[in-house]
Amino acid sequence: MTNHWIDIKNSNVVIIMGGNAAEAHPVGFGWVTEAMQHNNAKLIVVDPRFNRSASLADHYAPIRSGTDIAFLLGVIRYLISTNQVNFDYVKAYTNASYLVRDDFDFHDGLFSGFDEAKGEYNKESWFYQLDEDGYAKVDETLEHPRCVWNLLKQHVERYDFATVTNITGTPIADYQVVCDAIASTHTKDRVATFMYALGWTHHSKGAQNIRSMAMIQLLLGNIGQLGGGVNALRGHANVQGSTDMGLLAQSLPGYLKLPNDKEPTLAAHLAANTPKPLRPGQTNYWQNYPKFYVSLLKAFWGEHATPENEFGYQWLPKWDQMYDFGKHLDMMYRGKVNGCIVQGVNAINSMPNRNKNIKALSNLKYLVVLDNLSSETATFWQNEPGFNEVDTASIQTEVFRLPATVFAEEEGSIVNSGRWMQWHYKGANPPGEAMSDSEIVSGLLLELRRLYREEGGKLPEPIEAINWNYTDPHNPSSIELTKELNGYDVATKRQISSFAELKADGSTASACWIYAGSWTEAGNQMARRDNHDPSGKGITPGWAFAWPLNRRVLYNRASCDVNGKPWDEHRKIVEWKDGKWEGIDVPDFNAKLNPQESAHPFIMQAEGVGRFFALKLLKEGPFPEHYEPVESPIGTNPLHPNVVHSPVLRWFEGVKDTIGTKEEYPYACTTYSLTEHFNFWTTHCRLAAIAMPETFVEMNEQLAAEKGIKNGDWVKVSSKRGHILTKALVTKRMRPLQVNGQTVHTLGIPRHGSHNALTRKAYSCNVLTTEMGDANTGVPEYKAFLVNVEKAEV
Amino acid sequence: MATQDIIQRSGTSQATPPAQARVGGVKQIAKLFDATKCNGCKACQVACSEWNDLREEVGSFQGTYQNPASLSPECWTLMKYNEIEDQGKLRWQFTHSACMHCADPACLKACSTSGAIVQHANGTVDFDSDKCIGCGYCASACPFDIPKISAVDNKAYKCTMCSDRLAVGLEPSCVKSCTTGALRFGTREDMLFSAEKRVNELKERGFAKAGLYNPEGVGGTGMLMILHDVTQPETYEMPKDPQIPLSVTLWQDWVKPLGTVGLLATAAVACLHKITVGRNIVEEDQPGYQPPEDKAQAEEEAKK
Repeated sequence: MTNHWIDIKNSNVVIIMGGNAAEAHPVGFGWVTEAMQHNNAKLIVVDPRFNRSASLADHYAPIRSGTDIAFLLGVIRYLISTNQVNFDYVKAYTNASYLVRDDFDFHDGLFSGFDEAKGEYNKESWFYQLDEDGYAKVDETLEHPRCVWNLLKQHVERYDFATVTNITGTPIADYQVVCDAIASTHTKDRVATFMYALGWTHHSKGAQNIRSMAMIQLLLGNIGQLGGGVNALRGHANVQGSTDMGLLAQSLPGYLKLPNDKEPTLAAHLAANTPKPLRPGQTNYWQNYPKFYVSLLKAFWGEHATPENEFGYQWLPKWDQMYDFGKHLDMMYRGKVNGCIVQGVNAINSMPNRNKNIKALSNLKYLVVLDNLSSETATFWQNEPGFNEVDTASIQTEVFRLPATVFAEEEGSIVNSGRWMQWHYKGANPPGEAMSDSEIVSGLLLELRRLYREEGGKLPEPIEAINWNYTDPHNPSSIELTKELNGYDVATKRQISSFAELKADGSTASACWIYAGSWTEAGNQMARRDNHDPSGKGITPGWAFAWPLNRRVLYNRASCDVNGKPWDEHRKIVEWKDGKWEGIDVPDFNAKLNPQESAHPFIMQAEGVGRFFALKLLKEGPFPEHYEPVESPIGTNPLHPNVVHSPVLRWFEGVKDTIGTKEEYPYACTTYSLTEHFNFWTTHCRLAAIAMPETFVEMNEQLAAEKGIKNGDWVKVSSKRGHILTKALVTKRMRPLQVNGQTVHTLGIPRHGSHNALTRKAYSCNVLTTEMGDANTGVPEYKAFLVNVEKAEV
Repeated sequence: MATQDIIQRSGTSQATPPAQARVGGVKQIAKLFDATKCNGCKACQVACSEWNDLREEVGSFQGTYQNPASLSPECWTLMKYNEIEDQGKLRWQFTHSACMHCADPACLKACSTSGAIVQHANGTVDFDSDKCIGCGYCASACPFDIPKISAVDNKAYKCTMCSDRLAVGLEPSCVKSCTTGALRFGTREDMLFSAEKRVNELKERGFAKAGLYNPEGVGGTGMLMILHDVTQPETYEMPKDPQIPLSVTLWQDWVKPLGTVGLLATAAVACLHKITVGRNIVEEDQPGYQPPEDKAQAEEEAKK
């Protein structure tokens, strides 16, 4: 979240789309009801299902799963064509006025530079026109035909109401209400927030779903404001933390990059990742990339990281392609992987196309599972008639189960969606021989080191060099680890208090630069529990620690105009007054600069402004475009039938054969979580199992009647990849939609099917899902695929 | 049970007045359920089981999000889910189903056993399971279908409003766990005030029929409910006009008093009779008495 949970109370319009906050984030959702009751906020919910969030909405609009971009680009067109735009904000704080290269183009579903053979773009033309100093050219009048504003207008022109609703299936009247509610916040005294989660990421164009919304927020001037922002709701208490720590396959902690094989030296890597300013006078904060990177390497390798050995850069793996979980499973499937360590995930039930994954794990020599439960992953080799049909005797994979603790059995910090790092204490001792993950991993490292020393082996240096100077090397304490994340001065071991202290010469170490300030010489800032809120706006500077540097609202320079005057007096975060900045939050800009000099709020961008035009950052293109899900219930793209789905998808060998057509599998299907459960974990928890003992498939009354299915009947749901048996929940909350001249029925399946828990034995929905996913992240399209359904006799 | 704040006890003659000393200082409390703020998350239901150590069986899917299927001795709070179409708009309504803590509790009235059901000065209705004999009168009398008889120990169970928590100044566990502020707890006066304010807000937001469910037929309830449409409580599975069953009223308010009067009157008449008429003389008990048949036979024989 650019903002944080409490801040939602400051919103005037809350749009829940691509998520289901009431269902999946019921506690945080309390701030929505707070906004509704005490700030007279409107709640809009857009979702394929009338869900728990919709139950409290002022207005609910149905949408066909996988058509969010069309929906949102239609909103953009509406805002522009009705002049409901915060033009002062757009002109000052976005790249609307920037000129784009003449060779950039979009035609019939494809941007310029498409290489059909490779299935990817040459992105050369996706850039600004530069002047002789290397700065982007701008036209502040927004009249130049090549300025982003005019290209954007041209791009969204196709998304009129009739076209959008023909794609999304949203009734026009509902669409109008949603557009008007969003548009109402273009004024300076009204702000909207969008709350989204996996409902936007779990698509073959997830990143572009989110970008489309961010563009709306820029048009309305809603980023950097109290009650506004771009707010990803994280599904697990510490998903934000794991992402910060480099969860993605090409990331290192603090959103630094794992090097690729085109960057053979540290100098090459730093040069490729340290941006040059694209406009004069920029903060361009990523110019500090080398300081953060070298400090990370110092934290990794300690005294072994020296300027002479490029601070150990050569010990990092260099990728040639994205090795995410999906890629690894595909490699296992092809017998190219010997061993796998599964930590913090029930892989066999969580990853798509379960039947393929069973084969993938069966090809391993060994599988190590760190978990606090006996998950289906650890028992994938056990035959369970109906649910996990395997030939146990033919599986040679040796499985090691290492019982781990749960968060409540250890102390440490958890980072919530709002970037708050909150320290917690141990609530209970772990049972039996369970150990914390850090103790288990330390054991593995020390044993590897011993084996290398005694038996030798290839590339022993990184294992030998790892900085492991903990009081007990077998069990580093959470305190030692978090102090290391914060960073310290190498010579004096003094804890740093800001990442501004980090240097690129090896004199500082920080294992996650964005966490600098969380554990300073003043102690553990994450353990602070002063909930005093002096402004009454939910900014509680003494409660825990919000990265970066305890800022509660990111990009808060954008809360006031170019001259430092807040857009709205009641929404003041910072203000230029009597020759200095003052306010209720830590400024997210260089507060030594005057308003005009600091009027580039998006300091992480090389041009300091928000981007309608995303340059070369995403694989699909610099503007979002509607592409159908990989499995589309209409089988075409009404905008450009020649380019139905995203043209840059990653197709593993043989996957095309696992994609169904609407003729064989006529119904759209989506998957989701229920409030009663957390993934598969709580299916082992008795109270949660009592509250929701069994999974089901939700379907509308019309489809059920056509198929002769009654509420509670057993049904068989099948996709091209497999089938499951489950019970039907026939409900008014699902409804058929009229799309491109046909009726589209959507089915919905909760994702909590387990077969070795306290709940009723059930199939995992991931028997049905496809491994096709977002080209940028590899996140699978769990939310939109095709199935068939029929009544079953059990 | 030395709380000295019990204002009503089941199965007790009204002739014995309840403790009164502390009652004046005890405020009536109420739980306020605002259906228009509830997101159906079941935190209240789970917290109730957690606090009260209740573990219903893990059931099975019954065609609804509602689980378990009904209230039971092991489930004292249950969320209910109903899909309603109102003027073409779909509404998914959630009901926090638990004891209503009636001001005039039918269960207490119907209970056959002395002190098995009590009402505290703060208005809550509590079961004293040690005294319960499992007759089931409470369950059949309750217009909200709340008390449930356990098959294990044949005793009645229901929500106690977490009387153990209330006793130490805490709110009920369901209120503590509510994620959206749909459940609130406080003095009845405060809750009625908040409810009125909220209902007015809802009317301004377009819920013309919004209102407070606080049925008079049971003297008002200790759980107040704000509903989107108070004219149709049935759509929340709540009775439109709950009443204490006539049989219970007749039994408690007429038959039992009459019975008492009858008993006293019988005794009084007996005494009066003794004084005025003296003791009854029964011939059979007199010495030399002959049964009538024998007498008749003897007379017959004498005639012969």
